[in-house]
Amino acid sequence: MKIHIKNGRLIDPASGTDAQQDVYIAAGKIVAIGAPPQGYHANRTLDASGLVVCPGLVDLAVRLREPGFEYMATLESEMDAAAAGGVTSLACPPDTDPPLDEPGLVEMLKFRARNLNQAHVYPIGALTVGLKGTHLTEMAELTDAGCVAFSHADAPLTDTQLLLRALQYAATFDFPVWLRPQDAGLARGGVAHDGQVATRLGLAAIPVCAETVALSTILLLVRETGARVHLCRLSSAEGVDMVRQAKQLGLKVSCDIAIHHAHLSEMDIGYFDPNCNLTPPLRSQRDRDALRAALADGTVDALCSDHAPVDDDAKQLPFGEAETGATGIELLLPLTLKWAEESRLPLAQGLARVTSDPARVLGIDAGRLTPGASADICIFDPERYWKVAAKALKSQGKNTPFIGIEVKGRVRYTLVEGQVVFESV
Amino acid sequence: MFLSNNPQLNQHGELHHLLSIEGLPAAILWQILDTAQSFVGVTQREVKKVPLLRGKAIFNLFFEPSTRTRTTFEIAAKRLSADVINLAVNVSSQSKGESVLDTVANLAAMQADMFIVRHGESGAPYLIARHVGEDIHVINAGDGRHAHPTQGLLDVFTIRHYKQDFRNLRVAIVGDILHSRVARSQIHALTTLGVPELRVIGPKTLLPSNVDNLGVHVYHDMAKGLKDVDVIMMLRLQNERMQGSFLPSPQEFFKFYGLTAEKLALAKPDAIVLHPGPMNRGVEIDSDVADGSQSVILPQVTFGIAIRMAVMSILAGN
Amino acid sequence: MAKPSLPDAEELLAALTAQMRPHITAKTGLIGIVTGGAWLAERLHRDLKLEVPHGSLDVSFYRDDFQHKGLKHQVMPSAIPFEVEGRDLILVDDVLYTGRTIRAAMNELFDYGRPASIRLAALVDRGGRELPIAAQFTGTVLELPSQYSIELKRDAQGRLSLALQQP
Repeated sequence: MKIHIKNGRLIDPASGTDAQQDVYIAAGKIVAIGAPPQGYHANRTLDASGLVVCPGLVDLAVRLREPGFEYMATLESEMDAAAAGGVTSLACPPDTDPPLDEPGLVEMLKFRARNLNQAHVYPIGALTVGLKGTHLTEMAELTDAGCVAFSHADAPLTDTQLLLRALQYAATFDFPVWLRPQDAGLARGGVAHDGQVATRLGLAAIPVCAETVALSTILLLVRETGARVHLCRLSSAEGVDMVRQAKQLGLKVSCDIAIHHAHLSEMDIGYFDPNCNLTPPLRSQRDRDALRAALADGTVDALCSDHAPVDDDAKQLPFGEAETGATGIELLLPLTLKWAEESRLPLAQGLARVTSDPARVLGIDAGRLTPGASADICIFDPERYWKVAAKALKSQGKNTPFIGIEVKGRVRYTLVEGQVVFESV
Repeated sequence: MFLSNNPQLNQHGELHHLLSIEGLPAAILWQILDTAQSFVGVTQREVKKVPLLRGKAIFNLFFEPSTRTRTTFEIAAKRLSADVINLAVNVSSQSKGESVLDTVANLAAMQADMFIVRHGESGAPYLIARHVGEDIHVINAGDGRHAHPTQGLLDVFTIRHYKQDFRNLRVAIVGDILHSRVARSQIHALTTLGVPELRVIGPKTLLPSNVDNLGVHVYHDMAKGLKDVDVIMMLRLQNERMQGSFLPSPQEFFKFYGLTAEKLALAKPDAIVLHPGPMNRGVEIDSDVADGSQSVILPQVTFGIAIRMAVMSILAGN
Repeated sequence: MAKPSLPDAEELLAALTAQMRPHITAKTGLIGIVTGGAWLAERLHRDLKLEVPHGSLDVSFYRDDFQHKGLKHQVMPSAIPFEVEGRDLILVDDVLYTGRTIRAAMNELFDYGRPASIRLAALVDRGGRELPIAAQFTGTVLELPSQYSIELKRDAQGRLSLALQQP
């Protein structure tokens, strides 16, 4: 199918392009930008007047809830949500039930996802069997089955010797390891940031040192082993400072933050809003500001949705009992735009954090608009306001701290491999 | 993110639920204290009842066991001529069973007028208050570590009874502030009513971070903290709420933070001693102090009934 | 329409005192309904030289309009410094109107004990009764249109006067 996207503002962060340029697609690829190839006749023309045409978004953390958590959400609903959110490549963490620790499970997931013909799914494999933290998984087998990295999701990994061995093993094959820096002991029992809000509200607290102590361990082991590590979901000013220093020392680390932590703080818990029960917790305003600055200066490589759809019954509980997490994939775009605008950054730089940069972290050929690349494209209206409400979200998870809030930036078309997988009026 | 208006007040600024002392204007606290004063008179009469809440159904919804608090609420409700139904909801970690909201919805369908809720999780009464109909009032009888507003109120009522003017007082709260919903409520009540100097005394493991943000001075040395205070409020060591080791032993705690006659002597000679009960004698307080002339622990209990009558009456009438 | 003129409260009190004097015994218990009735009870107690201390009653907890009006902000404690059981009581109020306040006062009194008798002294009886209640001692009977309300006031020197409020 030949598709011609005309009159759009093309933004390609990888090449630094931000200009009125048309895009020409054929056989699932971008065949030309700017001027059509000779003899090109479009089957379909998309009029992108007033819209931005950018690479399809790359989201580093999207829980599809299959296998095992189908009561929370299904592959179908969450892939629909991804398409509606302009996401064309996504990585899913291994904390499914059972965890993604066997090639068969990974193959099944990839197979089911491929059949839906929507976003590309990149499974992150489990670092240890069952995510129990005692035995390494067959990382090479899992890579053959399609895993692009290995992580421990939010499961505690308390045996430092095992962590060392896991990093050594991964380093042998240059497999990336994704780790969330959280010391299990220091975080134990906590549900909120150890600050003035937790004190006032009487919530069990997680101190910043739960992140920095774990980060310290990980960074020292990275230095020891030379493993390629990506740090997931930083939450504190001190944490990003440590990563900044590590990068300056030349360590091969990258990191991301979730959209919630780019905008919210402990203050948003308000009167015990369970939608603000997130992992890691929302920290102080000072931490949030440091995260935003680190995202701007590149210390934080990518912004992700940390999409975690939760069913209503599990959320409408007292704060400490509520299931942690929020739906986010459909908010990735508007919240990225909001951060970029508030930080007075050019749109291209803001979009880099959800396109070319996460693609680089994942090590995939995506997040760019160049001739020859797969036609994974997001076309959005940067000025369109919409209200975050249950009926406006395709995800089965309707729980987000942003419910009832108006955000700016709405996807009009999403294309994956040259097919229109989502369009709205 | 929630609505920023106070869920406790209706659109006229009157008390609609009592969930926490934090966020209540001083005028409402005075109203409760003054109304309670009248009810003290009632409790001293032959006929201790008034017909104010006749025909009203008050449900004691206790997700955490408690005999004392539940009984005082029951007595208070009956003295207002209300009908009281007690529900001890069994919450085991294994079988969650009916959710909090389902329980509440079922009871509301049975024409409940008021819920008195005690729950192990901070914030549970807020969740309930958000989901009940407009005509139903919710009173927080203690949620996790967060608040125990009627206890805070009866404590300040007791202080007013003996000391009259809050604006001249030095008050110390001693013990496990980290885990204490009583302490948080006391702190909010005392600061709202204008106590100029409020101290918290305890080991670092039992004081929450940023506690000075609540308007208190922090002391780790009890001798220094008790010097020249007018009111000493002892807290119970929350054994059941402690997971992990915050203290090596109750004995060591008593040595440094227990109230003995010797330590009491450091305060003003007419200082009064309060305790929300039940007391751990020999852990936070010595028997001779608990039973001594400066202890007002028993009057606290009487005043507790009057305060609860006042709260229920004010809510039912708004 | 001309604003009604009000009699002098001090004169009415003198008349009331004179009416009551022959009917007082050493054991009579005088109880004033706050606030106006309580001021009157204080004066009557002094002028009639009663032995038994006077009491005051706040009927807020017994009113029949609690559902509509809620609790008023300043509830005063009721104080009855004598045994109600078996005693002859005189209830004192400033204005007798619908009779509902007196009904509430009697209900409250019976929760203190069983009196031998209750009589009512009212400074002003403005008619408009909604219940079968009557005063045995009255300062004056006054016809007042329903849109007006009448209130007893006391100045810094303790001098009583009547004031008219138009809602």
